[in-house]
Amino acid sequence: MASILTNVLKPDAPVYADEHDHDHADVSAFGFWLYIVSDLVLFSALFATYAVLSESFAGGPTGAEMIDLDLIFVSTMLLLFSSLSFGLSLLAMHAGQAKTVLTGLVITFLLGGGFIALEAYEFHHLIVHGAGPTVSAYWSAFFGLVGTHGAHVSAGLVWIAVMVVQVLRKGLNPAVRSRLVRLGMFWHFLDVVWIFVFSIVYLLGAL
Amino acid sequence: MFGRLTLHDLIPHDMIVGGAVAGMVLGGLLVAGLITYFKKWPYLWKEWLTTVDHKKIGIMYVVVAMIMLLRGFADAIMLRTHQAMALAEPGIENPESVGYLTPDHFNQIYSAHGMIMIIFVAMPFLSGLMNLIVPLQIGARDVAFPLLNAVSFWLTSAGAALVMVSLAIGEFSTAGWSGYPPLTDSEFSPGVGVDYWVWAFQVSGAGTLMTGINFIATIMKMRAPGMNFMKMPLFTWNALFTSVIIIFAFPVLTIALALTSLDRYVDTHFYTNDGGGNMMMFINLFWIWGHPEVYIVILPAFGIFSEVVANFSRKKLFGYTSLVWATAAIAFLSFTVWLHHFFTMGAGPSVNAFFGIATMLIGIPTGVKIFNWLFTMYKGRVEFTVPMLWTIGFLIAFVIGGTTGILLSVPPANYVIHNSVFLVAHFHNMLIPGALFGLLAGYSYWFPKAFGFRLHEGLGKAAFWCWFIGFFVAFMPLYKLGTMGMPRRLQHYTDPAWEPYLMIAAIGTGIIALGTFFLIAQLAYSIRKREELADETGDPWDGRTLEWSTSSPPPVYNFARIPHIHNLDAWIDMKDRGVAWKKPDRYHDIVMPRNTPVGLFAGGIAFVLCFALTWHIWWLVVASLLGIAALVVIRSFDEHTTFTITAAEIEKVETDHLRKAQAALAARNKG
Repeated sequence: MASILTNVLKPDAPVYADEHDHDHADVSAFGFWLYIVSDLVLFSALFATYAVLSESFAGGPTGAEMIDLDLIFVSTMLLLFSSLSFGLSLLAMHAGQAKTVLTGLVITFLLGGGFIALEAYEFHHLIVHGAGPTVSAYWSAFFGLVGTHGAHVSAGLVWIAVMVVQVLRKGLNPAVRSRLVRLGMFWHFLDVVWIFVFSIVYLLGAL
Repeated sequence: MFGRLTLHDLIPHDMIVGGAVAGMVLGGLLVAGLITYFKKWPYLWKEWLTTVDHKKIGIMYVVVAMIMLLRGFADAIMLRTHQAMALAEPGIENPESVGYLTPDHFNQIYSAHGMIMIIFVAMPFLSGLMNLIVPLQIGARDVAFPLLNAVSFWLTSAGAALVMVSLAIGEFSTAGWSGYPPLTDSEFSPGVGVDYWVWAFQVSGAGTLMTGINFIATIMKMRAPGMNFMKMPLFTWNALFTSVIIIFAFPVLTIALALTSLDRYVDTHFYTNDGGGNMMMFINLFWIWGHPEVYIVILPAFGIFSEVVANFSRKKLFGYTSLVWATAAIAFLSFTVWLHHFFTMGAGPSVNAFFGIATMLIGIPTGVKIFNWLFTMYKGRVEFTVPMLWTIGFLIAFVIGGTTGILLSVPPANYVIHNSVFLVAHFHNMLIPGALFGLLAGYSYWFPKAFGFRLHEGLGKAAFWCWFIGFFVAFMPLYKLGTMGMPRRLQHYTDPAWEPYLMIAAIGTGIIALGTFFLIAQLAYSIRKREELADETGDPWDGRTLEWSTSSPPPVYNFARIPHIHNLDAWIDMKDRGVAWKKPDRYHDIVMPRNTPVGLFAGGIAFVLCFALTWHIWWLVVASLLGIAALVVIRSFDEHTTFTITAAEIEKVETDHLRKAQAALAARNKG
């Protein structure tokens, strides 16, 4: 009945849509946002774990005894500035300047690499000074959360390296541009997560 | 070199396991031999193993689900028959020698049964139907990310393969499908069983997460023009909400299990007894995923019931808008009830009260749906086809299960029946009608769409009645036993009063086995009689929604021209307006994704990775990780990922289909 009514009201409604390609870069970016949502849930489960175990030192060292805020300040700055250099790289991409894009990517890689190097140093330092992940639930949660973030940044570094090669070999074609946009989303997202790691794990933990 | 794996692990230690392994290996060899004999490997490779076509991936998902259903059901038969014989007379010397399963084997079987039925039957079955139907219902040519879709499928298959391999090499977990610590700690479960459980879970979970992302993107971005949200068929709505729940719930499972494996592999203290670990945290994390998971498997079935009930009542769905909002409410509330799985943790009266009330609330939108389906049937011309029988059977059984669920949601009552077989009866009462009946309704409803011929009605009805009656005979006694105080997961018991009920339950399992036999017989018979059961119109049920507007099976591009949608029942609308089965004014070239073995390779390497992790074969772990990374990078350099079907080729296919369909329609109208 309702469909008959529709026909009376719209007798010449079109049968077929005009062929239109869905803009696939747009769909990919949307899909990547969904991935970031799920990754955010992953990190929130780790944050919750850390919160639950934040007092479970089991007689071992506490966060306040071990955390070196000076070091973390430096690594935080490295990561924040790597987001800036990536942002500049994307601006250059929109302007079509492949060379500047490459420079930006290389700088981002170096800053991110520096962050990971400092994290490796910090982990090593903690472990040899008796605050490894097997010492207590607190340190398990600490390494679990901070390490997962570090693993993400490391994966991002691999991705940056691949994109450097792709920009060199293919130039700024639509596929490469779409990937750079998604890499940017990933990289800034890791920055945001780090702000929470910095505030909750390091600032609160150092109290 | 091979980590913990020794030759000793390859020898089955048990007659039953040995027989099952022999059967599995022989069956596998037989299938491989037949494929070789008929020279079907190239066909298999080209048309199936490397496909990125959502319809074929959907069919493969359902095949995996069916095979795993047989495995999970074989476990169920063993559990029920063993318990029926497991009365240990008081004072007997070796009480665990009763029945025919040793305690260790019994524990493995109930762990595997639960995991397989949820993760490797319900999940691939619903993913399969979503794959097959959602793009067709929304007028899309494929899902948003076809290759990712293939990867999802092969990861799920890798998980299923891992569970099957655990039968032959080593052992499966004895810690239950939910794997609570501290039992899963290496101290109490030093073998490989828990590791198999963790990695099978993780790898299929990764696949499911990608499916969730893929289907949200597909439904949000790929709908045909004119199909706004409130013109989306109910199955698509349910697929959307299921996918939303997936991306919010599965990452929590990833963490819950990852921390279990860290405790096992590197001696961390997340869930341990000592070192400040907190085992209740696992149980919280697990059920923060686990309760939404219940709705992940049930919502697609609700979508199927909505389609079936409208179609076979020959009426517009009653209260479409309220069904959509009820689904939304269920999706939201599914995240607010997880604690009812462990009221006895003792979180205190206010916490338990909150979660008890939240649990009762979720009954309201579910009740709304029940009434919607009933009112759709009211004054309709109800046709009792097989899909409709599954739907009516569901309505009756599910209301009973829901009622016992409300009983369990009351914390004081829960303290009495917690962890008893009353609970076992309750969740089977939700999941068998709520998920499996729905999936089987969808299977018989959409089978003609996938293959171009119907399933035999009589055998389908026989299967339904056996399942429906068998379900009540198998599970009603468990409610009674629960109130008599019988705990779940008992290898033997000493109360003779329980025995008759367990025998009745075993008989019920036998009736369900008969139903399962009829399902297989129905498939085999229908394939033999496919000429008689053929449907050339693409619309065997006089359907309402867009999937019925294509040929059966649909061409690889689904729609020669993307239709413009004007109505919720888009296909009825097209039939009313006289534009159905009509040749469009012209055809266009269509660009489609090219086949690729990347998905198969990803699943294969993931399987090797998980196997190596289970057996501590570290060089192989590193090699497989590098392999996966290399696969992704190499694929990203591939620029030949699509191919074009020309307008001329499409015209040929479409003209042929329209000619056959017109002939079949003429014959149908005469008859």
